[in-house]
Amino acid sequence: MTPYEKLKTARQNGRPTGVAYVNELFTDRIELHGDRRFSDDAAIVSGIGSLDGIPVTYIAIEKGTDLDSRMKTNFGCPKPEGYRKALRLMKQAEKFHRPVICFVDTLGAFCGADGEERGQGEAIAENIMEMLGLKTPTISIVIGEGGSGGALALCSADRVYMMENSVYSVISPEGCASILWKDASRAEDAAQCLRITADDMKNFGVAETVIPENFEQFSETCNEIKQHLVADLKELMKKNTDLLLEDRYHRFRKFGIYEENGGTHGTTLYPI
Amino acid sequence: MIFDKWIAAFTSEKLTCNACKKEFSVKELRKSNYICPECGKYFRIAGRERINQIVDKKSFEEFATGLSSVDFLDFPGYADKLQKAKDNTGEDDAVVCGHATIGGYPCAIFVMDSRFMMASMGSVVGEKITRTFEYATEHKLPVIGFTASGGARMQEGIISLMQMAKCSAAVKKHSSEGNLYVTVLTDPTTGGVTASFAMQGDIILAEPKALVGFAGRRVVEQTTKSQLPDNFQSAEFILEHGFADAIVPREELTDTLTTILKLHRKEQAAG
Repeated sequence: MTPYEKLKTARQNGRPTGVAYVNELFTDRIELHGDRRFSDDAAIVSGIGSLDGIPVTYIAIEKGTDLDSRMKTNFGCPKPEGYRKALRLMKQAEKFHRPVICFVDTLGAFCGADGEERGQGEAIAENIMEMLGLKTPTISIVIGEGGSGGALALCSADRVYMMENSVYSVISPEGCASILWKDASRAEDAAQCLRITADDMKNFGVAETVIPENFEQFSETCNEIKQHLVADLKELMKKNTDLLLEDRYHRFRKFGIYEENGGTHGTTLYPI
Repeated sequence: MIFDKWIAAFTSEKLTCNACKKEFSVKELRKSNYICPECGKYFRIAGRERINQIVDKKSFEEFATGLSSVDFLDFPGYADKLQKAKDNTGEDDAVVCGHATIGGYPCAIFVMDSRFMMASMGSVVGEKITRTFEYATEHKLPVIGFTASGGARMQEGIISLMQMAKCSAAVKKHSSEGNLYVTVLTDPTTGGVTASFAMQGDIILAEPKALVGFAGRRVVEQTTKSQLPDNFQSAEFILEHGFADAIVPREELTDTLTTILKLHRKEQAAG
């Protein structure tokens, strides 16, 4: 598949959304609502549950499955109160030493006037910073679209997984094309330029793991995710807090490709 | 484009006010703090000019120099844009950083320069800002950061998005060790910079009428499908909604920063 075909697949109707993964992966689920500040954003579905016996906090961006639910979730574009709800759940997880598992599927953060009024930028900034300092293990899975800062707010984690046909990008290919060529219909070219596929993310070091998709046998796909989660959590939960935070710092510190005094630096050099 | 004209005007040492269209020499504007002597409009200030205005004379020592961006994705037009920005500004990229004193108080400082590709954040900007925080953490110094940016630099793909996390991690470490970070939001602070280190200051100051927001105005208009107020996404707007601590006129900025640094000096905390 070309990057653009992957993008279309990642957005396809009928593709499992956040809640489907949550229901398949966790038992003893209790959904927890609200940011305790303003309201309860339906674009974020969050709560506590058990992953193979390990108590965890789950936070999922939910796109909705029909027009009605999509209207309620703003098509999976969280508002500031959604990010604050996620942060509340993360802080709660930290208190009880529970790992946090995030499911990311968004075109991007909600872009309406009310989002700006309530500090969309501040909400994302706060989430990124606090997630990076969270004293408990964090794993994020991009299950569809990983759209820019709105995705990073839930992806500043110890490990990032990508579903095989999911994408992760700094800007939507349509947005990129309309800035670059004043023509949103050239999204296909932009998707190619931006490098947005799961394999690209693995090559850049942005993601550690790519999970093969077989949605006809969804429980098997989830079983594979579960095996990765349990193995990674076992490793992460063994680390003391200082080491966990130090390793997370370096996970993000390494990103950057630039020239310095004549030499090219960057540990994420991409084979072009 | 208006921005290109502005660059041309800057380098020819004459600047035109984009509100009243009157022309002034850089010399005149330096005296007026780059506030239009005719109509009071704030000019955007080049990074080094800003540093000259804010810090104590001869106290600035630049670090993290000699870094320049690489077109590692072979992205259409990026190499040309970089070269043009370098030629027009004489800078390697869109941020200048170093250490200095303000009113006698030492600090690390970074200033973003909107003349360079609208101070979009790629690997170099992210690296230099991260190094500023790491330096300040190591030396237990406050950080003063002047933000201006069109957002993440899409020509560097996902790596530009990762700069938001990289910088935020460095801010967090600096903050966890009890160090002060003051941001000054200048025109325009938007996108991925707003959604990361611009909004992570312990104290967030803004220049009057500076554009500050996350999403672009046109995108918001399309989403909202209604008229937005004139002051939408201005410094005044974010102050009203609780996302800035204070709006500080340019002529008071050095004094305000001096007072903030004085109130956070370490010997007092220990004493």
